[in-house]
Amino acid sequence: MENLFKIISKPDNIPIVGLLLLVIFYAWYGLRQAIRNDKQGRPTEATLTDKVQVWPYLVRVEFLGALFVMVVMTFWSFLLDAPLEEPANPALTPNPSKAPWYFLGLQEILVYFDPWIAGVTIPTLIILGLCAIPYIDINTKGNGYYTFKERRFAVLTFCFGFIVLWVSLIVLGTFFRGPGWNLFMPWEKWDTHRVVALTNVDFTEFFFSVPTRLVDDSLNPVAMFIGAFTILIWFGLGVAYYIWKRKSDIIRQLGPLRYGIISFLFLTMMALPVKIVLRIALNIKYILVTPWFNV
Amino acid sequence: MRIGAEAGDVLQTRSEDCMLGIVEQLKEKIQRTEVYKSIFRHNYQDTQRNRALQIVDNVFLHLHPIRISRHATNISYTWGMGGITFLLFIILTITGVILMFYYRPAAEYAYDDMKYLMNDVAFGPLMRNMHRWGAHAMVITVMLHMFRVFLTGSYKPPRQFNWGVGVMLLTLTFLLSFTGYLLPWDQLSIWAVTVGTNMARATPLLGHEGPFGTELGMRIDNDVRFVLLGGTQVGPPTLLRFYVLHCIFLPLIAAIFMVVHFWRVRKDGGISGPEPPKDI
Repeated sequence: MENLFKIISKPDNIPIVGLLLLVIFYAWYGLRQAIRNDKQGRPTEATLTDKVQVWPYLVRVEFLGALFVMVVMTFWSFLLDAPLEEPANPALTPNPSKAPWYFLGLQEILVYFDPWIAGVTIPTLIILGLCAIPYIDINTKGNGYYTFKERRFAVLTFCFGFIVLWVSLIVLGTFFRGPGWNLFMPWEKWDTHRVVALTNVDFTEFFFSVPTRLVDDSLNPVAMFIGAFTILIWFGLGVAYYIWKRKSDIIRQLGPLRYGIISFLFLTMMALPVKIVLRIALNIKYILVTPWFNV
Repeated sequence: MRIGAEAGDVLQTRSEDCMLGIVEQLKEKIQRTEVYKSIFRHNYQDTQRNRALQIVDNVFLHLHPIRISRHATNISYTWGMGGITFLLFIILTITGVILMFYYRPAAEYAYDDMKYLMNDVAFGPLMRNMHRWGAHAMVITVMLHMFRVFLTGSYKPPRQFNWGVGVMLLTLTFLLSFTGYLLPWDQLSIWAVTVGTNMARATPLLGHEGPFGTELGMRIDNDVRFVLLGGTQVGPPTLLRFYVLHCIFLPLIAAIFMVVHFWRVRKDGGISGPEPPKDI
C-alpha cells in the first residue's frame, strides 16, 4: 500500500489520476446522453434549436467557466509544488526511466513491438488515422448530437482506441511498471533487483517449431516466409471481409479505397491487443524477423 | 424617536438624491466627451441591438456569432473543453513569459535558475506551478475536447477539415508539453526526454537503428535524432533547441493553427448541432 501511495502522490502523477477519473466520468456522461437520445428517437439537442443571443446567454457561461478553471488552477498551484529533482546527470540513469505521462502508452507498446513500430510508425498512423476519420466515415447520421445506435462501429472503435488502448496503457505504464520495466502491482514494493526470466520465442518457433535462425546463425528463409505470410493473412482478413460482404450497401457506398484505408487502420489497431496477448501469455517476441526489421 | 428616525431618513434620501444627481450629471458629461465616445461606441441599455453590438464591437468577443442555438450554450453538450483548452493556453503564455524573465537556457545556469525561482523569486513557485499544472491540464482537456467532438459526430461535413486542424493542434500540444519537460534540467526531465527521443533512432530510413537506416548511410551523428538533439545524447545544445522550440517556434505554429481552427468553427456554421444552421 505504501508504494501505491508513493506513486499516486508523486506530483506529476496527479494529472493521471485526474485524467482517469475525468475520462471515466465523461465516457459515462457522453454515452448516457447518447443512449437517452436513442431512446427518445429525437435527440434532445434537436428540441433546443431556437436562437438565443450570445450576450449574455453564452458569454456568461464562458465567464463562469473561466472563473472556475482559474480558481482550480490557483488552488492547485498553491497547494502542490511542481517537481524539481536532482540536477541533470547524464551518467546516472534512473531505474525505471519513464517518458512524460502522456507518452507512457507509447512506451508501454515498446514491450510488444520494436521501436520503429512503437515509437515512430504507430504515432504517425495515429495522427494520420485521426485526420482521415472525417473522410472515411461516410455515415451522415449522428452529426451534431450524441448517439450510439446510429453509429455503433464508429463510437465503439474510437472508444476502444481512446479508452482501452491510449488511456489504460498510460495507467498501466504509470502504476504497474517498475524497475526494469517489470510488472509490479501498484501496492507492491519496487524491487530493483528483481530478475524476470525472459523465455522469448518467436511466432514460428512456438506454433510451427520452425527456428528463426539456422545452425550457422543465418536467418531461416522458411521462418521468414511463414512470418510474412501470417502478416499477409492478418491484413488479408480485410480483403476477405470485403469479398464476403461486397454486395452490402455499406461496402458499396464506401468503395474500395475508403474501405481499404478503414480496414488497414482498423486491423493495425487491433494487431496491438493481439500482440499484447501473444507477448504476455505466450512470450512470443517476433512474428517476422528480417535482416532489416522485425515485426 | 420614530419621528426623528423618519426625518433622518428623509434627509439621507435627499442627500442621496443630490449625490445621484451630481453623479448622473457627471456621467452624462463624460459620456458626451470625444474621448469616451471614441472608446465606447454604444450605451449599455439592455436592448437587443446593444446585446448584438456588445459582440460585434469587441475584438475579443467578435469570434462569437450574435445569436446561437440554445443547445450550444449547454455545457452538457459541449463540455466547454475547447474553451478551457484555449484559456489554459493563455494562462500558459502569461506564466511562461514571466518564467522567461528568470530562466536562462544554458546547462550551467538552467537548474540554478529553477532553484532561484522556486526559493527566492516572489510568486516564483506560483508561476512555475501554474505553468506546469496548466500544461498537464491542457493535455487532458484537449483530449477530452476531441472525445466530445467525436461522440457528437461534429467532424462530419462541413467540418472535416477543421477536425484535421484540431488533430494538428493536439499534436502541437503534446510537442509543446514535451519540449517544456526538458527545461528544468533535472534528472526527471533529461531522462524523460532521453527515453522519448530515443525513439527517433528507430525512424525508418532516417534513423541509424531504423529499418533501412544503415543502408541509407545513417549514423548516430547524422540521423534525425542527431538533428533533434544537436548531439548524440541529450546535452546543452538540446536544452537550447528545446527552449527555442518551446518558447517561440511551437507556440507560433500553434497560434496560427488556432486562428484557422476558430475561424473555421464560425465559417462551418458555428458549434455543431442537429440541423445545419441556414444563416450565420
